[in-house]
Amino acid sequence: MALITMREALNQAMKEEMRRDPSVFLLGEEVGQYQGAYKITQGMVQEFGEWRVRDTPIAEEAIAGIAVGAAFVGMRPIAEMMTFNFSLLALDQIVNHAAKYRYMSGGQIRCPMVMRGPSGAAAQVAAQHSQAFESWFVHIPGLVVVMPSTPKDAKGLLKSAIRDDNPVIFMENEVLYNLKGEVPEEEFTIPLGLADVKRVGKDVTIVAWSRSTQFALQAAELLAKDGIEAEVVDPRTLRPLDEDLIFDSVRKTNRCVVVEEGWRYAGFGAEIADRVQRECFDSLDAPVIRVTAADVPMPYSRMLEKAFLPQPEKVVAAVHEVLYR
Amino acid sequence: MTRDEALALYRSMLLIRRFEERCAQIYVEGKIGGFLHLYIGQEAVAVAAMSLLRPDDYFVTSYRDHGYALARGTDPRPLMAELAGKIGGISRGKGGSMHFYDVPTGNFGGDGIVGGHLPIAAGMGYAIRLRQTEQVVLCFFGDGAVNEGAFHEALNVSSLWGLPVVYVIENNRYGMGTSLDRASSVKDLYQRGSAYGIPRRDVDGMDLLTVREALGEAIDLARKEKRPTLLEVETYRYRGHSMSDPGKYRSKEEVEEMMRHDPILRFGKVLKEQHSVAEADLEAMDKDIQAQVAESVRFADQSPWPAPETLYEHVYVRSPYIHHQSADKDPAWRDSVAEDRVPETFPAWATPAAPAKVEG
Repeated sequence: MALITMREALNQAMKEEMRRDPSVFLLGEEVGQYQGAYKITQGMVQEFGEWRVRDTPIAEEAIAGIAVGAAFVGMRPIAEMMTFNFSLLALDQIVNHAAKYRYMSGGQIRCPMVMRGPSGAAAQVAAQHSQAFESWFVHIPGLVVVMPSTPKDAKGLLKSAIRDDNPVIFMENEVLYNLKGEVPEEEFTIPLGLADVKRVGKDVTIVAWSRSTQFALQAAELLAKDGIEAEVVDPRTLRPLDEDLIFDSVRKTNRCVVVEEGWRYAGFGAEIADRVQRECFDSLDAPVIRVTAADVPMPYSRMLEKAFLPQPEKVVAAVHEVLYR
Repeated sequence: MTRDEALALYRSMLLIRRFEERCAQIYVEGKIGGFLHLYIGQEAVAVAAMSLLRPDDYFVTSYRDHGYALARGTDPRPLMAELAGKIGGISRGKGGSMHFYDVPTGNFGGDGIVGGHLPIAAGMGYAIRLRQTEQVVLCFFGDGAVNEGAFHEALNVSSLWGLPVVYVIENNRYGMGTSLDRASSVKDLYQRGSAYGIPRRDVDGMDLLTVREALGEAIDLARKEKRPTLLEVETYRYRGHSMSDPGKYRSKEEVEEMMRHDPILRFGKVLKEQHSVAEADLEAMDKDIQAQVAESVRFADQSPWPAPETLYEHVYVRSPYIHHQSADKDPAWRDSVAEDRVPETFPAWATPAAPAKVEG
């Protein structure tokens, strides 16, 4: 095991896959000479050259469309979005093309591409640069949506995403880029669609992914002081969803809180709450409670930003609500 | 050009014409639903282009896409069955008129979003540069697409990086019901290429040999020098934008005037004058084509409807990197195993190796 950051884990995953398979290439804004807007692609253009690590103009639809077209003819492109906020300019390529050509062609076409980059709030970058878009992409049949919360998961899942034959939306989180964690030094992958228990507990199940997993784990620490043992389940992949691991946990704890950084209205947490109440109805001792962002655009002020986001304290309050104590 | 080559080109244009005339008829009978965009009047463009492509080249098209597949040699029967929404359709009844694909022939075909396939063409061109092959990409779209942002983004990077893509504007003068005059600040659309430093020209798309000569030069430039071209082909659709369009935005006289320059009539004259083809030969060919089209309708009629179980097929691809114990609870994953039709047309190194150790 090596202790590395999420940033290094992502960088290693891409470099290893590009060494392994010549059909893998990377394109995006500032990925080459600048070494990545968030330094995820450090050292890559030096190793692989400018054709396999392609600096693009600021043209998100072209970035996505080039990835789609190259994937159709058997390449394995990684399209970096500087942040997923800008992916809205590429949404037509993802929703109407990457996700649909296989279906519309009756199975003649594959789109083995990855679109990756940070999603969710950073620090005080305001409404247009602090949005959690997983609920948008997870809605589209044909897409795989992955959201890692640890360096190990990031590396193992990104390697699987690159090798998989489906279009994968791989959402990172800027706040987590410096998060350190143990990562195996030997070659490994983590299957897409496999959830993970991040903390074992018996009193309540907290489902959370990406940065929200941190909120959930911090909440679990606070709860432990009160003698409440929370189990934290991280789906890691939102589509396909490993619902069994969530159900198993809820059947054990009889209580469920879902934490997400996205807006409440039609957020992905509602999908989880729907499935849990149907499949675990007899096990539930309380309604499923959701902790989400506020249903407003992200404000700039540090104080308002804190009020907007889920926080460990809000998770603790939700847990008390489902425990009725 | 030999007599046989010339006859084959004529035959290809007439097949598109007769096929689509039948489409219009059976649409009215209710055998075809949804949108039906007919290519009638524009046949010279697709036929000229396909006669110049190598078997390993790629092309992408707008939703007015019947002509390219037929000109590329795709069997009309699965195409007609696709229009009828039957399981024998080229896309298994999941695409319809706007979504003809025939990947073994390089046809990555019909895109329903105006301009949406232009960046995709650039991506195929990028793949060709990465693999260092001699392939080219042809990208067909209408005059309406040049006002989309995707047009600008695709042309800019194609020129910047030297992508072997020929962008073909089929200027039929109307984006649905809006005339070019009301939609584009610059009326000579090919001049837009100057903004990107792209070789550009416009040609008469109603004359098969003229458009073929221009396309040939552009394809050569792409293949040999890795340079894109923007070609404006001036053509005309005789029918409405789709079947529901009575075409009231243009005069009967305008349509009749354009029909006097009909590409099939014009090339028929060339056949008679330069290749000593008799009128009777052309009539016999027409009869033969009409029988071929009738056979495609019979095939479509007899092909079964897709079974409801096929609804979930072809959404996802199975791969060893998916945890199928959980994914397979979703029928779109469970049925993804059924009838994968992706042809092995790509270089071997594009296929991933066996999975390494998988850790939980």
